[in-house]
Amino acid sequence: MASASTKYNSHSLEIESIKRTSRDGLNRDLSETVPRLPGETLITDKEVIYICPFNGPIKGRVYITNYRLYLRSLETDSALILDVPLGVISRIEKMGGATSRGENSYGLDITCKDMRNLRFALKQEGHSRRDMFETLTRYAFPLAHNLPLFAFLNEEKFNVDGWTVYNPVEEYQRQGLPNHNWRITFINKCYELCDTYPALLMVPYRTSDEDLKRVAAFRSRSRIPVLSWIHPENKTAIVRCSQPLVGMSGKRNKDDEKYLDAIRETNKQNSKLTIYDARPSVNAVANKATGGGYESDDAYHNAELSFLDIHNIHVMRESLKKVKDIVYPNVEESHWLSSLESTHWLEHIKLVLTGAIQVADKVSSGKSSVLVHCSDGWDRTAQLTSLAMLMLDSFYRSIEGFEILVQKEWISFGHKFASFPTAFEFNERFLITILDHLYSCRFGTFLFNCESARERQNVPERTVSLWSMINSNKEKFKNPFYTKEINRVLYPVASMRHLELWVNYYIRWNPRIKQQQPNPVEQRYMELLALRDDYIKRLEELQLANSAKLSDPPTSPSQMMPHVQTHF
Amino acid sequence: EIHTNEKEVTEKEVTLHLLPGEQLLCEASTVLKYVQEDSCQRGVYGRLVCTDFKIAFLSDDDCALDNGESQFKNKVIGENDITLHCVDQIYGVFDEKKKALFGQLKKYPEKLIIHCKDLRVFHFCLRYTKEEEVKRIVSGIIHHTQAPKLLKRLFLFSYATAAQNSTATDPKNHTVMFDTLKDWCWELERTKGNVKYKAVSVNEGYRICERLPAFFVVPTPLLEEDVLRFQGHGIPIWCWSCHNGSALLKMSALPKEQDDSILQMQKSFLDGIYKTIHRPPYEIVRTEDLSSNFLSLQEIQTAYSKFKQLFLIDNSTEFWDTDIKWFSLLESSSWLDIIRRCLKRAIEITEYMEAQNMNILLLEENASDLCCLLSSLVQVMMDPHCRTRTGFQSLVQKEWVMGGHCFLDRCNHLRQSDREEVPVFLLFLDCVWQLVHQHPPAFEFTETYLTVLSDSLYIPIFSTFFFNSPHQKDTNMGRESLDTQSKPLNLLTVWDWSVQFEPKAQTLLRNPLYVEKPKLDKGQRKGMRFKHQRQLSLPLTQSKSSPKRGFFREETDHLIKNLGKRISKLINSSDELQDNFREFYDSWHSKPTDYHGLLLPHIEGPEIKVWAQRYLRWIPEAQIVGGGRVATMGKLLEMMEEVQSLQEKIDERHLSPVSLQAEAPCLLRNSVRLSSLFPFALLQRHSSKPVLPTSGWKALGDDEDLAKREDEFVDLGDV
Repeated sequence: MASASTKYNSHSLEIESIKRTSRDGLNRDLSETVPRLPGETLITDKEVIYICPFNGPIKGRVYITNYRLYLRSLETDSALILDVPLGVISRIEKMGGATSRGENSYGLDITCKDMRNLRFALKQEGHSRRDMFETLTRYAFPLAHNLPLFAFLNEEKFNVDGWTVYNPVEEYQRQGLPNHNWRITFINKCYELCDTYPALLMVPYRTSDEDLKRVAAFRSRSRIPVLSWIHPENKTAIVRCSQPLVGMSGKRNKDDEKYLDAIRETNKQNSKLTIYDARPSVNAVANKATGGGYESDDAYHNAELSFLDIHNIHVMRESLKKVKDIVYPNVEESHWLSSLESTHWLEHIKLVLTGAIQVADKVSSGKSSVLVHCSDGWDRTAQLTSLAMLMLDSFYRSIEGFEILVQKEWISFGHKFASFPTAFEFNERFLITILDHLYSCRFGTFLFNCESARERQNVPERTVSLWSMINSNKEKFKNPFYTKEINRVLYPVASMRHLELWVNYYIRWNPRIKQQQPNPVEQRYMELLALRDDYIKRLEELQLANSAKLSDPPTSPSQMMPHVQTHF
Repeated sequence: EIHTNEKEVTEKEVTLHLLPGEQLLCEASTVLKYVQEDSCQRGVYGRLVCTDFKIAFLSDDDCALDNGESQFKNKVIGENDITLHCVDQIYGVFDEKKKALFGQLKKYPEKLIIHCKDLRVFHFCLRYTKEEEVKRIVSGIIHHTQAPKLLKRLFLFSYATAAQNSTATDPKNHTVMFDTLKDWCWELERTKGNVKYKAVSVNEGYRICERLPAFFVVPTPLLEEDVLRFQGHGIPIWCWSCHNGSALLKMSALPKEQDDSILQMQKSFLDGIYKTIHRPPYEIVRTEDLSSNFLSLQEIQTAYSKFKQLFLIDNSTEFWDTDIKWFSLLESSSWLDIIRRCLKRAIEITEYMEAQNMNILLLEENASDLCCLLSSLVQVMMDPHCRTRTGFQSLVQKEWVMGGHCFLDRCNHLRQSDREEVPVFLLFLDCVWQLVHQHPPAFEFTETYLTVLSDSLYIPIFSTFFFNSPHQKDTNMGRESLDTQSKPLNLLTVWDWSVQFEPKAQTLLRNPLYVEKPKLDKGQRKGMRFKHQRQLSLPLTQSKSSPKRGFFREETDHLIKNLGKRISKLINSSDELQDNFREFYDSWHSKPTDYHGLLLPHIEGPEIKVWAQRYLRWIPEAQIVGGGRVATMGKLLEMMEEVQSLQEKIDERHLSPVSLQAEAPCLLRNSVRLSSLFPFALLQRHSSKPVLPTSGWKALGDDEDLAKREDEFVDLGDV
């Protein structure tokens, strides 16, 4: 289909095109361009048949570099282009064997993490499939082949350094920390207390580092309760951690109990600390068998525990798998709604949202500080704390604020705030770009699991930050309707009636599904903005002209400029 | 439990506003109306009255609404008014049990719940009301909303008689009413249909047929005696002509007969008719029989009655209990699927007309239900004029009002037969809403316009939706009556929006995204149209079309004209049909949209949506404070006002030093704080407490063992 390339590109990864040089001698057509990043090198190219699930087989040439798989159609009536960073590939499989008959039954099947599969048919003669399979496997999974990740080879230069966006000390200062209730501790400076925590931690003022060490012994993977966010007025805090190591015998730890009480007391007006255990209660109970558990009423008199019923990452992944089944390649038509329901994906979103609203409401109403944990405290906990912070703190709704939030809390969420179209400085493209580069391996931002690993690998020195690319192109990621409202708390409605699948992300490869780009409301608004600026300029000129000479009435200005073509 | 404010018990006397001709029938005092507020209920004392026009609740509590937001007030029906025709179902609560109320009651309920056709739900507590008054008001309301009525007893007539002198129609209303020969000639000329079709006045005074309008359009060679033969049945009636000359026609079926000789007569009559319209200059005709292989009215009725229940929600618990199963409940109602089928059928018809240059003949028993729906839907998609406000209103006049859609029966205004009540017109509005929602810049009107139009179906001061046919209207208005002494009544039309809304409120009916078509000179326009046609009729990819089809496609026009029906049958084999459809559909969607050209809807699963404004607007739980599309629209309107005021300043050569900040008052000031339900259901929310679901997670089924697994680093993208 002729439109395929434009559609795919409008939603695909940022590309800096570089003209192919004639030196590589592989391409006969010098006017053609294949996008290439500095540091990207071509490994091989092959003629293949791309089995497009929407338009049938298309003959094309595929180029494999150390960063991407790029396909250009060789058919005159199709301008199809595929541009897939190798990082998004999760599986490569051979289909058909030497004896396979039938058209296009011999080739490769590639599964991607961005909700699509790619299928290429190759000639049975020669070793074209083996070559392509081996090259792809090596470069899509470089670590298993002793090759560096592309992010370490990327030589892109941007005029902004994204690595400086997040500075923990500055971010704490913005929140008015440290104060007389909270202090910074350097106990984890070399990641010796907890290797999956950052070096700087914010803890209650009156708890000593020695106490912290004893608390760490009672928390799974030593992930002790630390502050994520503090309310600027009522001083209630959001604190995150992992589950307590209660076990079958119902162990207690005086230091942990004392520590939670210290957290509660950082905010004077309340008698109880609220603990949100993100898990379903059955799972929390079951965790006791493996040494984990939750804070019991007996041990923690001054705390109130509730479960948020959010399922673990395995359940969520299974659910996402089902989403892929119903959107790729074909979208279910008349049973769309029940299929969508059976994936449970929106139910998970609803529960996460509901939990985050509860956290935000507790803190915003000043009722009490909140402690959030799940089992280890890195998936569900991060989802909850970052969403709650997005609701509470308008700073995180700006482009830089959101980058800081991502950098700080790790999140994986989408469009759930689409119902507040004026509250965010960034647009949908910003979110999609972040998700795309979560897998692309082009930037160092999402490499490795924690700060200590990133530090060992010298990631900031050796790779480019995604925020460098975004912040040097900020206009592209801005929402023109953004209205800054400093103290506004956003409460989305966690009802299925308002939740929709994020079509522009999950179903973006299907040419039949509408991709409203650009958004007509936005486009009209931009036109009006331009018109307004033009009018203001004209008015100023008229005023100047008028004050310069008071005689000579000017010619009718209405004849000079176009009128807004709309009813008022 | 509900909380009442003691001082409110002293009821302030609030005056009942009566329309001309409206009469108070019964009333009850110390009635408690439940108000949902911040997810708890509160009671407001007041007077419940029933007139021959409406049920109204009078209290002095609405003063809180007296701010900028209430500018979208309806001048005819207030927030606490329910017209008698708008009542859908009445329930009584007896010892905590909810029962539907009908006819004579033996026992009177302590609470009255009224479900409205516009999906509002009212709760009135009668516990503190005198027993006598309870009896009077409950039986009064039941009687006046449920008992079968005579047409002549409609409030419409009392109103028209009483308001005789004050009715002034809006001079700016350019809607074509299609009640004169001139209107039809104008439409023929506008669509260039006058080459092959003519407007006729054979039915003036309804001499031939009471189901047809006084004036209509038929193929030029059609004889007057053909029209007479079966009282207007079995003749092709023109609806609309496409720019390429093909036309949309409709025909009501001939009466079903057992007698062989009559059947023979019918057959030869139809053969004659088909012969007339099958030969050049007429295009190949394709008949779309809507009574046999399309939706049935029964299906529409069943689907809607399931669907509307999803929105008639009594309380918060009910809302959250249904939330988890929301998508499957929605699907099992089939309403969205019915919308999809209508849109799909309309696209198919569009493809025949636009790409294959065929005439379409819609066939239905009375040609007044699905015929109206499809022909007007096709016109909205193909004719940009129908996407302007006056164009759309003229379309509704032409296809629905003059087309003889039985509004009286389909809305069950007279409560004579529940079986006949089918929301065909609402289905049409919902289909149009899908288009409005998918292509916002293509329409001059907004979704709010469609919503208030759907509400107007139940306001019996407008004649538009209160008759089964133009004949019925004219005979009952006294226009055709022999009694020369009585002056014909002057009834209001719904298109006079100033009757319901102040000018400021009417701005919400106009779409700020709509830009009128730029005027081009004639030569240019021709060129563009030619290009457009070419794009649509070319096969998309040469490689995948089979040689056989390629052969037909290239030569279609030529061959069809020569070989006639045989070939057309061949082409229309069902596979081919699907292919043509897909190709047409995909091809259109792959190109940038020309908002002043052909407009097709998306019909994939995720694209057909619930018309949230109409269906969710009264449900407090569904409200997003400071959210929804109103937020961006508000900012857009603010910017437009600013631009306009700057423009005016320049135009007035207002050159004295002024600040450049626009100070024009705006309807949507501070739009970022408005609720997503704006401009409806302006619920008072005093605190900013979030709404929280009250029901939890349901069983996961086979994912149970996954749920027990431990957390670990997992790549969520690896699916």
